Amino acid sequence: MPLALAIPALAGLAFLVLPLAGLLIRAPWSTLPERLTAPGVLAALRLSLLTATLATGVCLLLGVPLAWVLARADFLGRRLVRALVTVPLVLPPVVGGVALLLVFGRRGLVGGWLDSAFGFTLPFTTAGVVVAEAFVAMPFLVISVEGALRGADARYEEAAATLGAGRWTAFRRVTLPLIAPGVAAGAVLCWARALGEFGATITFAGNFPGRTQTMPLAVYLALEQDLDAAIVLSLVLLVVSVAILAALRDKWVGVS
Amino acid sequence: MRRLIALGMTAVLALSGCSSSSDDDGSAAPAASGSTGAKGKLTVLAAASLTESFDLIGTQFEQLNPGVDVTFSYGGSAGLAQQITAGAPADVFAAASPATMRTVTEAGDAGGDPVTFVRNQLVIAVPKGNPKSVTSLAAMAKPDVKVALCAEQVPCGAAATKALAAAGVSITPVTQEQDVKSALAKVKLGEVDAALVYRTDAEAAAGEVDGVEFPESADAVNDYPIVALKNATNPSGASAFVTFVRSAQAQQVLAAAGFQQP
Repeated sequence: MPLALAIPALAGLAFLVLPLAGLLIRAPWSTLPERLTAPGVLAALRLSLLTATLATGVCLLLGVPLAWVLARADFLGRRLVRALVTVPLVLPPVVGGVALLLVFGRRGLVGGWLDSAFGFTLPFTTAGVVVAEAFVAMPFLVISVEGALRGADARYEEAAATLGAGRWTAFRRVTLPLIAPGVAAGAVLCWARALGEFGATITFAGNFPGRTQTMPLAVYLALEQDLDAAIVLSLVLLVVSVAILAALRDKWVGVS
Repeated sequence: MRRLIALGMTAVLALSGCSSSSDDDGSAAPAASGSTGAKGKLTVLAAASLTESFDLIGTQFEQLNPGVDVTFSYGGSAGLAQQITAGAPADVFAAASPATMRTVTEAGDAGGDPVTFVRNQLVIAVPKGNPKSVTSLAAMAKPDVKVALCAEQVPCGAAATKALAAAGVSITPVTQEQDVKSALAKVKLGEVDAALVYRTDAEAAAGEVDGVEFPESADAVNDYPIVALKNATNPSGASAFVTFVRSAQAQQVLAAAGFQQP
């Protein structure tokens, strides 16, 4: 390995890993058990896992078809649509939260109608957390799946069509299994992004323990009062994220 | 190049500010009028609720002391206190509660004894016209009224808890916001029907929200302490600013924003 590459590579690795090591070094190990079993921690963790999973579900349901349209359908303005789809990637999450409030809030375009027609409002509900997380995480899934679709050989679909399969059947029986690793990788990324979501969640869904207070929000509020508590919560989030990313990536994507 | 020279000059000014710090005493409070001879860069960390007033006071201070350049960083008091104890470069800290100030004094980061420079009281902030007719704390507890409170960890939340206890009212908010401005924002957006915020914040947003006074707020008055920090890069400027905040001129600005005299 040339030194000119090895040194910056090591520095890069250290830059990414050192802050995480800082959490481990500074963690209040002696009081860890009682802090972990504090009632708020488990509630926040459970809510985080639940909402991130639901958000990933929403993203799969909406994002895979969207990726298919972007990869396989030819239409005017496709480049614009693709750019729009990736906007949440670069948008500051707080801006995303404000935008969601303006549309799905109680006085928003869609939210106002939801409220008057069904008496249902999204902000301050667990569903609101899922919406915020899905909004921020969906581009990760769409990009991964679109990439997989572009890499997949379209001739298999054509062969299926010549054998009499409808387009829906071909998609379900041929395309989807073909791009499964890409979908899985996208879903894992999407899930991890949803798990770490903070800005859009606190702006759109607010902060209420047990209902909308996810782990990142709990970390932020703990920081206001007790640094050690914040470190413990951060540690839990870190362990969960690393474990899931490592386990799922190897298992589903076949990258080792 | 121009920027480089400016940078160099700022550094020189900051250094000269350092060297003339022999007469520095954070707790002394002479009546400030006219120039105090403060120079150089001055960084003030202040509670979010002070934003509008301190912006104005900072401009006045700069006008009185040509050569001084005040920068503000506003945020939740507790977060700012954590930043200071973690070594954030700052000259002055103005907190929204004695409890958050204690974080800084107990860590030994204060340059003197904090002094209370204003007090703030809570009001009920409601959307313009008060659609749900929220006129008391008890009215906030009705099930069809959506309420945003500050989280108990932050000063406005602690004050809200005190006021609610004094009134014997228990409220289940739909959200516990991390600072008073976010709670107010939820009222502005119409997402909640009421929030407990400082009178000063309600007045700053008078075009968008109405403030409803309630008697129990007298039991939950927040004292705002200010202190020059021990590791200030500009100690003379820091103590001059603290003195200026307590002067009649600055107190007028604070009173106009709805703050009370200590």
